[in-house]
Amino acid sequence: MKSAVKKFKGLSDKAIAWIFITPTLILLLAINIYPLIYAIRMSFTNFYANKIGREPKFVGLKNYKKILGKEEIWEKMQITAHFVCWTLILQALIGLGLALLLNKKFKGNELLTTLIVLPMMLSPAVVGVFWTYLYNPQVGLFNYVINFFYDFGVFDMIGSSTLAPWSIVIVDTWMWTPFTMLICLAGLRSIPNYMYEAAEVDRASKWQQFIHITLPSVLPFLLLALLFRGIENFKMFDLVVELTSGGPGSATELASINLKREAFEKWKTGYSSAFAVILFVTIFGFGNVYVKVMNKIKDR
Amino acid sequence: MKKILSIFIVPVFALFFSLNVKAESLTLGWAAWDPANALQELSKEFTAETGVDMNFEFVPWPNFADRMLNELNNQGSTFDLLIGDSQWIGAGAVYGHYVKLNDFFDANGISMDDFNPATVYAYSTWPKGSPNYYALPAMGDALAWAYRKDWFNRPELQSEFKSKHGYDLGVPKTWDELYDMCTFFQGREIDGVVRYGAAINTERGSEGITMGVTAAMYAWGMEYEDPNNPYSMDGYFNSDAAAEAVEFYRKMYEDCAPPGHSDAYMVANLDAYKSGQVAFQMNWYAFWPGVYKEDSDGRESGFFANPCQNVCAATLGGQGISVVSYSEKQDLALEYMKWFARPDIQQKWWDLGGYSCHMDVLGSPDFVDSAVYAQGFLDSMGIVKDFWQEPTFVELMLPMQERIHDYVVNGKGSAKEALDKIIEDWEEVFEADGKI
Repeated sequence: MKSAVKKFKGLSDKAIAWIFITPTLILLLAINIYPLIYAIRMSFTNFYANKIGREPKFVGLKNYKKILGKEEIWEKMQITAHFVCWTLILQALIGLGLALLLNKKFKGNELLTTLIVLPMMLSPAVVGVFWTYLYNPQVGLFNYVINFFYDFGVFDMIGSSTLAPWSIVIVDTWMWTPFTMLICLAGLRSIPNYMYEAAEVDRASKWQQFIHITLPSVLPFLLLALLFRGIENFKMFDLVVELTSGGPGSATELASINLKREAFEKWKTGYSSAFAVILFVTIFGFGNVYVKVMNKIKDR
Repeated sequence: MKKILSIFIVPVFALFFSLNVKAESLTLGWAAWDPANALQELSKEFTAETGVDMNFEFVPWPNFADRMLNELNNQGSTFDLLIGDSQWIGAGAVYGHYVKLNDFFDANGISMDDFNPATVYAYSTWPKGSPNYYALPAMGDALAWAYRKDWFNRPELQSEFKSKHGYDLGVPKTWDELYDMCTFFQGREIDGVVRYGAAINTERGSEGITMGVTAAMYAWGMEYEDPNNPYSMDGYFNSDAAAEAVEFYRKMYEDCAPPGHSDAYMVANLDAYKSGQVAFQMNWYAFWPGVYKEDSDGRESGFFANPCQNVCAATLGGQGISVVSYSEKQDLALEYMKWFARPDIQQKWWDLGGYSCHMDVLGSPDFVDSAVYAQGFLDSMGIVKDFWQEPTFVELMLPMQERIHDYVVNGKGSAKEALDKIIEDWEEVFEADGKI
């Protein structure tokens, strides 16, 4: 026993560090890296997971060429881009607005914060299902509220190809704006008061204080929140599937929904692996550029 | 001390053995719907006769194909028996998911001649029509229509309809008549409530809109392929008549469906009908016993087979029961099948609300009068047509769902363009499968 302790005592810091990180590394390799490498390998084959006994053939870049040359894939990417861009814009504006509001001290502030944060605690599938009821043109609350302000008559948010892309934007914004708000609120609360006091001594207006103190201070936080939301929304699946199933037609079929259909309904494993790799590279590329821009803003 | 020990040890051992010495059991997978409950009830008799416990896993329809096909593709042994959709038979046979039943049928005197030929062809055989059986016809079904007979019987509505269209308000004989009647009820106020024409299939995710639109396409005479040149679809699947049928279905959606009925299948159609929104609903025969039983508050339901147009045809539903080849209890599963094939059990199956395909049941003199939908069921089973039953049927179904939904609900492009694109998608699938 003594010798074991002695031996352990004799380990270098580096060795101890390796002992601690090895299990994590093994898990990471098994759960993330190996499937990624396997998917990349599969993407160069014509493998169908449901065709038992059929050996996959190497097809080179055929899957990639097919995907990138397919008009419909670009349509799905456009639908995804519309969804990601609009949700980020709305969540940034509303989230920041709410954070500014809740940063003021007033009665009921904490209760209001809790209420606003509630939607993001729900399961996306549940949110999708109950918004289908809210959007129902006959009995849904959404139609009623809109018609209360202006009489548009009966309109079908989910059944109309014009409105359906907006229906998913609205729901995602409703659900995830609190997340942006919370991060912005953390940023706002980290601004020292003396900065505003100094600005007031210099007779800076409220607008000037917002532009020169609040916004630069909160911007790195906001950008971080948008990075998380951007990555999540690029992969968005459950909420939209429950809400519209990608319809009407393919009006709300995001890239991730299309990928799931190709991979686990049509069982085109090779093809969908290539599509997954393309989506991964896209997110990874955008994410890297974004982080660099974010760091530059932070350093300013 | 010994006594004290025995007081504790004996019950512990008894409990241990009672947990481990379980009765034999079988697990059957099917969709979660009314007939599944009937089968569960019926199977109690099997347990009483054999002592074999029956476990059931019923999966809701939207996830049914995903769940079951994933299980089969993973060679899972969760299920000993599976009541799978008719379109799965190709994959079941080709990929070895289902046990071939010919020897078992021969050894046990089960003859496929005892079952309705359309159901044997559709649910049991692969290659289609060959004497290679992978399932026993379990649940006959076809897409049909229910209507509000109580509204149809109102004299004021009858006379108004007759003066408008020149013929009686009654069971529609053609799709044109169906359209006249649907539009007649669309937006009409009955008993102070606004009503609509018809709840039709528009679901996008699984198979809904395809099952619905093909009900029209078959009636217009659509064929999937050249009968003399398999997998040659141009001029058949996208014929003028087929395109006209798809256009007609879109017209039905636009002019007859209740607001918000843009992603509706079985349950949504039932809900629209039961809540008194619509005069007609399109649905499977499987639901009619429940609809009929639940008629109340003045609602009286009538049922009819898919109307004719250029020809008489109906979309096939229904399933056969198969033994899963990955099951470790195949012998026991075959015992269940042998029991289920018995004419007396088949009669009880029909009595409980299941749709037997056995000729002894269907050919019985009492059959037609045994239920208000019995005649319609018989009529439909004589004219049914099914979607592709190829092993790649999911790959064939999905583009059709998307293209048809894009045209019918989304209004994108034309019917002909949608059908042309479906053929392109299908050719790609058949090429990858080495069929063309």
